[in-house]
Amino acid sequence: MINLMKLSIKSLAQKKTFTFTALFLSNIFLSSLSNAQEPVRIAFMDPLTGTFASVGNTGLKQLQFAADHLFNEKGGILGGRMIEIVPFDNKQSPTETQIQFRRMVGEKIQIVFQGNSSAVANTLNSTISKHNRRNASQEVLQINYSAVDPILTEDQCSFWHFRFDSHAVMKLDVLTDFIAMNEDIKSVYIIGQDYSFGQVVSDTAIRMLNEKRPDIEIAGNEFHPIGQVKDFTPYVTKIVSSGADAVITGNFGADMVSLARSIIDAGLDAPIYTFYAAYDGITATLGADGKNKIRLVHNESSNPYPTEARKDYVRAFKDANPTYDLTQARVHNALMMVVRAMEETQSTDPYDVATALEDMRFTTLNGDEVWMRGDDHQLFQEIHVSVHTDENIEFDADNSGYGLYSEYRVPAEDTIIESSCKMRRPKR
Amino acid sequence: MLEVFVFATLNGLVTGLLLFMLASGLTLIFSMMGVLNFAHASFYMLGAYFAYSISLKTGFWVGLIFAPLLVGVLGAAVERYGLRRVHQSGHVAELVFTFGLAFLIDEAVQFFWGADTKNYRSPDILDFPLFTMFGQEFPAYRGFMIGISVMIFIGLYYVLTKSRVGIIIQAAITHPNTVANLGHNVPLIFMGVFGVGTALAGLAGVIAGPVLTTFPGMALVLGSIVFVIVVIGGLGSLPGALIASLLVGLLQSYAIASDVGMPELLELIGVSFDRNHPLNDLWTLSLPQIAPILPYLLLVLVLIFRPTGLLGKREE
Repeated sequence: MINLMKLSIKSLAQKKTFTFTALFLSNIFLSSLSNAQEPVRIAFMDPLTGTFASVGNTGLKQLQFAADHLFNEKGGILGGRMIEIVPFDNKQSPTETQIQFRRMVGEKIQIVFQGNSSAVANTLNSTISKHNRRNASQEVLQINYSAVDPILTEDQCSFWHFRFDSHAVMKLDVLTDFIAMNEDIKSVYIIGQDYSFGQVVSDTAIRMLNEKRPDIEIAGNEFHPIGQVKDFTPYVTKIVSSGADAVITGNFGADMVSLARSIIDAGLDAPIYTFYAAYDGITATLGADGKNKIRLVHNESSNPYPTEARKDYVRAFKDANPTYDLTQARVHNALMMVVRAMEETQSTDPYDVATALEDMRFTTLNGDEVWMRGDDHQLFQEIHVSVHTDENIEFDADNSGYGLYSEYRVPAEDTIIESSCKMRRPKR
Repeated sequence: MLEVFVFATLNGLVTGLLLFMLASGLTLIFSMMGVLNFAHASFYMLGAYFAYSISLKTGFWVGLIFAPLLVGVLGAAVERYGLRRVHQSGHVAELVFTFGLAFLIDEAVQFFWGADTKNYRSPDILDFPLFTMFGQEFPAYRGFMIGISVMIFIGLYYVLTKSRVGIIIQAAITHPNTVANLGHNVPLIFMGVFGVGTALAGLAGVIAGPVLTTFPGMALVLGSIVFVIVVIGGLGSLPGALIASLLVGLLQSYAIASDVGMPELLELIGVSFDRNHPLNDLWTLSLPQIAPILPYLLLVLVLIFRPTGLLGKREE
């Protein structure tokens, strides 16, 4: 026993000297490196706790992975600088967003990725505009990877805001085309969360369906408070009794799962057209019950992926994060385009990056070209309608065997729509 | 119209009875200890997550029995080693303690199970429509939920009013010192009540998890409404909690089912407003849109006109 103790103490001592030397050496190494090579710090601001935490956390994982895998492991950017992703938890609340924004500015971070909730994106957009007007040379750039309220690239468009997701009207244009092609659909029921995005979905869907298929009846148009509904069954009762052939919803997170679950439980055999009914546990929860019922409009081509490069990227992500999925290609697309803008201008200054991003044409890992329109800072990329199924699924979601299979593809050039944006450019 | 009414009633019953399971535990704990347990809904969430983990290994039914027990034991431990010590510092300290506990449990759930939605499923045996009426199916699982809730109410009522334990508990509520002088272990009774209360919350989580989705926000969604029910029913009153639960469940359900809105009501009295009116959003509110906040409106009304709650006795 004593012998054993002695031995362990000895080995401990040895270990200690070793760690000391290692620490010492790495310290010298690091300090010499960091003097020359400050990391490029990028903020990630989304809900990391609370009701919508799951979406925020997967986004963070994807941005972190994109930074490490695509750049840091290959020697960094701008001649050896690393990208450092700094998470800020805004709890998906506009108030908390402003507090976190102050913190971020205090840490001298000038680029922020944000995606969840258009209400938050709007707040951030106006906060940044105000901040940038008052603090020349300390501007902040908003990289919106997922908030799809059209207003952000229309009435409220800003030089400091770039959107890498197709906005709600563009997606609905594709979705309503797809619905219009289905002759069996005679009436639809629209249900959504009662906030800006939910309202846009409802108004636009009704307008577009009226134009494309005047014979389709709008059986119902319902709003519910966001994140407040315990049980969707009472709503589903109304949907069933309205006799609708299809349901359209912009719900996300738990509101999406609960709604879909209630629809399926009630035995309603109607297709459900959604924006966000996949990943983060949703696909696994819907499982076999949702097969061929749930459809999504999104930018992913999911299954099949068009290129080997893209497949390799997904596999590498899965190896690093087995319990997460690569849900949003726009996260790494956005980062790659931002880095390209930095490399082109050899600068991390938001003004330079923004100028280089305008009208950038960029070939993604999928092999197709996307375009960042300079007039309103809206990215144009292909849009897909995919179905929730377990057939022909090479890359599943939530490790459930179920995933999304692309049924309908619209190339980037066909998604271009007009914008009413009148952008005010800062003078430099 | 009839079909909507029938199903709205059934849905209201399911929600109401589920809320009752949470409210009954909360109100019991309050009447004994005089402390509002802010972490109550977190125990409900723990129940769902425990049952989910157990169901992965052994199926739903084992989870139905063991998850509430586990939550109950945890609740009892919280009372024994946490609340009892804090108790000496008064009610405010107790409130703050349970408030902090709620956050702790929420974070722990995210730490161990992650932030995403869990695929916690109802058992396959109950995966059929109980009956079909007017073309709508009523899932058997919901019938099962009603059954369990009603059984819990009857059982609880029987134990509290008829059994020896119940008599001691009731006595301990009003005369704790006398009960202690008679040789009963009052702290043990308190611990037991807290354990049973949290176990009931856990059971509610177990049966609600599969239909209301199991995710880290589930405590938050239900938490505030349970307090509303306890206050409406009258703090400390079990029948009051039942009435208030059903009231809130049915109120929400009917409000959603109705298609009445401000425009229709205003039309009745011959008023109409321009679409561009600055208060347009207010005029166009519809009842389904505000359904989830109606219980809070009811709470305000009850507090104004009957501050003790519907069946509450406490008057200080």
